[in-house]
Amino acid sequence: MNRTLLAPAMRSALDTGSDLYLQNREDMGELLETHDELLEQAAAGGGEKAMARHRGRGKLPIRERIAAVLDPDTPFLEITPLAGYGSRYQLGGGMVAGIGIIAGTECVIMGNDPTVAAGALTPYASKKWMRALEIARDNRIPYISFVESAGGDLRPPGGDSNSERDDDNPATGSAVVPAHFAETGRFFYEMIELSKMRIPTVCVTFGSSTAGGAYQPGLSDYNIFIKEQTYAFLAGPPLVKMATGEIADSETIGGAQKHAEVSGLAEYLAEDEMDAIRMCREVVSHLNWRKPDHAPTLTADPPTLDPEELLGLVGRDLGKPLDVREVIGRVVDGSRFEEFKPRYGTSMVCGWGSIHGYPVGILGNNGVIYPDSAQKGAHFIQLCNQIDVPLVFLQNITGFMVGKDFEADGIIKKGSQMINAVTNSTVPHLTVIVGSSYGAGTYGMSGRAFGNRFTFLWPTAKVAVMGPKQIAGVMSEVRRGQAARKGEEFDEELDAKIVAAHEAAHDKSSLALAATGAISDDGIIDPRDTRDVLGMCLSVVRNRPIEGAESYGVFRL
Amino acid sequence: MSAPLTSVLVANRGEIARRVFRTARSMGMRCIAVFVDADADAPFVQEADEAVRLPTSYLDADAVLAAAQAAGAQAIHPGYGFLSENAAFARAVSAAGIRWVGPSPDVIESMGDKIAAKRVAIDAGVPTLPSSEDPVADAASIETAVGYPLLVKASAGGGGKGMRIVESPAELGEAVQSAQREALSGFGDDTVFLERYVASSRHVEIQILGDGHGNVVHLGERECSIQRRHQKIVEESPSPVVDAEMRTAMGEAALSLARHMGYESAGTVEFLVDDATREFFFLEVNTRLQVEHPVTEEVTGIDLVREQLRIAGGAELGYGQDDVAWNGSAIEVRLYAEDPDNGFLPATGTLSAYRPATEPVVRWDSGVEQGSVVGVDFDPMLAKVVAHGPTRAEAAGRLALALERLHLGGVVTNRDFLVATLRNPAFLDGDTTTDFIERVDPAGTQTPPDTRSAAIVAAMWLQGHNRAADDVWGFARSNFRTGSLPPQYIEFRAGDEELRVEYVLRRAGGFRLGTGETVVVHDWSPDDVEVEIDGRRLRAAVTVADDVAYVTLGATTVALGLVPRFTVPGAELPSGGLVAPMPGSVIEVRCGVGDTVSAGQVLVVLEAMKMEHHISAPFDGVVSEVPIEVGGQVENGALLLTIEESGVGSDQ
Repeated sequence: MNRTLLAPAMRSALDTGSDLYLQNREDMGELLETHDELLEQAAAGGGEKAMARHRGRGKLPIRERIAAVLDPDTPFLEITPLAGYGSRYQLGGGMVAGIGIIAGTECVIMGNDPTVAAGALTPYASKKWMRALEIARDNRIPYISFVESAGGDLRPPGGDSNSERDDDNPATGSAVVPAHFAETGRFFYEMIELSKMRIPTVCVTFGSSTAGGAYQPGLSDYNIFIKEQTYAFLAGPPLVKMATGEIADSETIGGAQKHAEVSGLAEYLAEDEMDAIRMCREVVSHLNWRKPDHAPTLTADPPTLDPEELLGLVGRDLGKPLDVREVIGRVVDGSRFEEFKPRYGTSMVCGWGSIHGYPVGILGNNGVIYPDSAQKGAHFIQLCNQIDVPLVFLQNITGFMVGKDFEADGIIKKGSQMINAVTNSTVPHLTVIVGSSYGAGTYGMSGRAFGNRFTFLWPTAKVAVMGPKQIAGVMSEVRRGQAARKGEEFDEELDAKIVAAHEAAHDKSSLALAATGAISDDGIIDPRDTRDVLGMCLSVVRNRPIEGAESYGVFRL
Repeated sequence: MSAPLTSVLVANRGEIARRVFRTARSMGMRCIAVFVDADADAPFVQEADEAVRLPTSYLDADAVLAAAQAAGAQAIHPGYGFLSENAAFARAVSAAGIRWVGPSPDVIESMGDKIAAKRVAIDAGVPTLPSSEDPVADAASIETAVGYPLLVKASAGGGGKGMRIVESPAELGEAVQSAQREALSGFGDDTVFLERYVASSRHVEIQILGDGHGNVVHLGERECSIQRRHQKIVEESPSPVVDAEMRTAMGEAALSLARHMGYESAGTVEFLVDDATREFFFLEVNTRLQVEHPVTEEVTGIDLVREQLRIAGGAELGYGQDDVAWNGSAIEVRLYAEDPDNGFLPATGTLSAYRPATEPVVRWDSGVEQGSVVGVDFDPMLAKVVAHGPTRAEAAGRLALALERLHLGGVVTNRDFLVATLRNPAFLDGDTTTDFIERVDPAGTQTPPDTRSAAIVAAMWLQGHNRAADDVWGFARSNFRTGSLPPQYIEFRAGDEELRVEYVLRRAGGFRLGTGETVVVHDWSPDDVEVEIDGRRLRAAVTVADDVAYVTLGATTVALGLVPRFTVPGAELPSGGLVAPMPGSVIEVRCGVGDTVSAGQVLVVLEAMKMEHHISAPFDGVVSEVPIEVGGQVENGALLLTIEESGVGSDQ
């Protein structure tokens, strides 16, 4: 029998008849509609023709392969399905990655989409691949790869030649810059490191796996090859002929049967794709994967406040007020939330609740971070580490407060106390950006760079160094100062145009879609799914013991 | 001196053992079962206060008696079949100081021989059919004494075993021999006799009770005309053609016979009624409880097992003929594991689904429960289902609905056939002669089940099942995705029909099907599911076992084979293989490897339920494999032999 948190259920002050609520709902509805359309576009992979060609070879599209390997009817937590958004590369980046359940075991599954540039590693695919490896390593869950890739992207940088997209405005800021060759290959290092960490790596090679690609099976614990479909060699027939003069066909050099019977590279020889997927499930089922203390310990009743109303809390205009408690009350079990220091540092809402029975400490923003709110946050993070409780960060943060009084109050050192606590905290952090995520506020609230386990965005999220209006305004002030120093007349009219253009550009580049396009998070979610997505993540993080920090850096007091 | 019994051993199995236990227990008796290994896990064994294992069979009189003595049973109730009409056994029971629940051994003996029984009937002034006890007499005398068509019957027989209809003198010899063979194997006695066959007849029987103190009553008639393979499948009381006057006449005839014999306990006097003339002729006396006794209990309110046990304890009936009243109409059907589409051949398997609906209220006398294995060892009757209503039409309707709502799967049964019979206009008109099944063909009136809806329901149940089994992310909605994956799908096979159900989660609840419908799952449990398909809300019992989904929907249970998502590469059945159409034992193999056989030639003779079944060659060819041998047991679908078709790939 699970225990129940004793905190009372929260009450809502939300006026669902207000203009603001209705406007927010309308905005959110439009954003979600766009998001759904983009997901379909991503799922279409290389497009109808490429898909038909692929099927014509008797092969399954990558998403069908993944759907088939999952336990029937279980969810799939896809990671950055909209990678590459705003770039010239195919939406999704030519790779699908996510977390799913195979034979009752949470696994990371990453798969090349061979309909997109033959599965070549675009910069987006590389970054997504690294993220998949990171999820496996940080959470200790088995790593499954469905390989069918032409290997490195030998095309000139810039995008897919067959891309029908023309929306390559660099101002979207989602560009992922291809690395120099000398910097590449880290994924191979990571793969074999997983194995060293006793995190199983299972590789199904669905097609040709040449040169660098051959190391994916080479560096996996388990290899499943498919008869007359899988080929793995350092060099294919043309290169072999050039290099040594030897004439041999693909089957002879590196066919599946050869590897299963002669070279020993393949452990399992499948009749066809579905047979290979079956074998993959069998392999995972024998992994003896056990989670320490995985079962939820608290009552997991649904929130008493209606999660549907999450759609009306935030809109396009992030300047409008949001009481983050309205979010919390629609995410935690039974809407039960025990607030910590409710009368102190009120712009930082902290407290305890549970999500699908998993205990959590929650930090949410009600405005900018003041010195007292920063200290409150630092205190709360340490308390959760003391009791091994994971943290959920609900970001709607424009940053740390500025001005002479706050500098005098030590905003830098108190803000740093919170960043210190966040950085050195060792309980899992889950971050959901519901509105703004600007500047050092992003860091203090456990942004992507601060080692959180997962980051998800609401469609309304904006991530940037500061708000678009502030950036444009700051730049205007700089120009005004330059003009004054030079004694030139300041062209107000021209400046107003520049300010407007800058604001528009920065607004666009700060959008959730731009952020997720750059794989700076794990994807955009429907606000109503927040509880379930966090629940799945809280389950995933439990593949590793949850142990709070025993020490931190020096707290500047 | 009468004293109530305190314990009883039932020398029987299945539903009748449970039936006797129910009443005996209510009368304060300890209930003792006997069982053979094949029944070790049967419900009646588990429900008994004590159960004694029999080393060989239920026919092993010494072992049953020893069991009764070991368990300290005060009485033995033989049920029906097995030792119920074995006078020697009854005598041995009495000699051992144990009460025999049934008539005296002498009565059993005299009635056990049908020829002797007929003589007793004639002595008692009861009308009988013309007959001859000399089946090999000259043709002319048979023609005169009996006439054609005639029936060859085993003297010791019952239940249609050892029985043959003969249309002309030319067929007589063969029929007599075959009946003798069956009689010998079935009853250990090959005596047969001949009797006039009434073409359009009804089978009507009178239930009698005698207390050994000189009191006898009859409890009216049962009509059991609807038969297949000479075995009753629908029984009712009252008969649609018996009025008060005829009931009195038949009752009096039965009672005069009973008095003549000094009948004690429950018994049945069977008559054949000529449908055209309504004349009745004595057939035989069954000196035991009948399978169909519940319909009499329902209309009279008299518990026949209670009366048997009371009488065995020495009690007097305590009421007379005038106290017996009949109320309403009761119909019983026998639910069999058998295949009506295939000559009612017995079927076997595991009863993966078996759950009667709570309504309408009918009486279920079942020997099985969900998970029971129906094997080749015993009669494949699963249950007797009895409905009692104010009118015959109401009882028939109630019984049909109860059968329709029965969640039943895993074994081929006659359920749909029984429903079609009960809903058939000819049946409802009371037009129920013994040739009803051949004449009316109720199976031809069945409407095909809604396999599409069943497939959707099964898919929805399965997804609910899968969600319930998910102990990792079980809280999340079925098929929840943060990206876009292809629709989830399940493929089923119903006969030759392939059904694919594709579904994706809808934000507004439920699923969108690949075929466009919206489906909402309102309720799910391990036993059933409530599903709304485009506004049409259905509750259906669902069981999935051994890759088959059983969905009880509309008027039947649809069996849907789950097409597995993954197949393990494996071997297939050789072509040209002949397989057993039913489980049974091999009694003859008429060919060997290398023999040339022609289409239609009988190659193997199987015996199941004491009936012979001929397996013939489907085409001309050469026998290449005979993996069976005489005396062996074969399961349904087992390979009997392989024939290489001649002319195929041989002329090059």
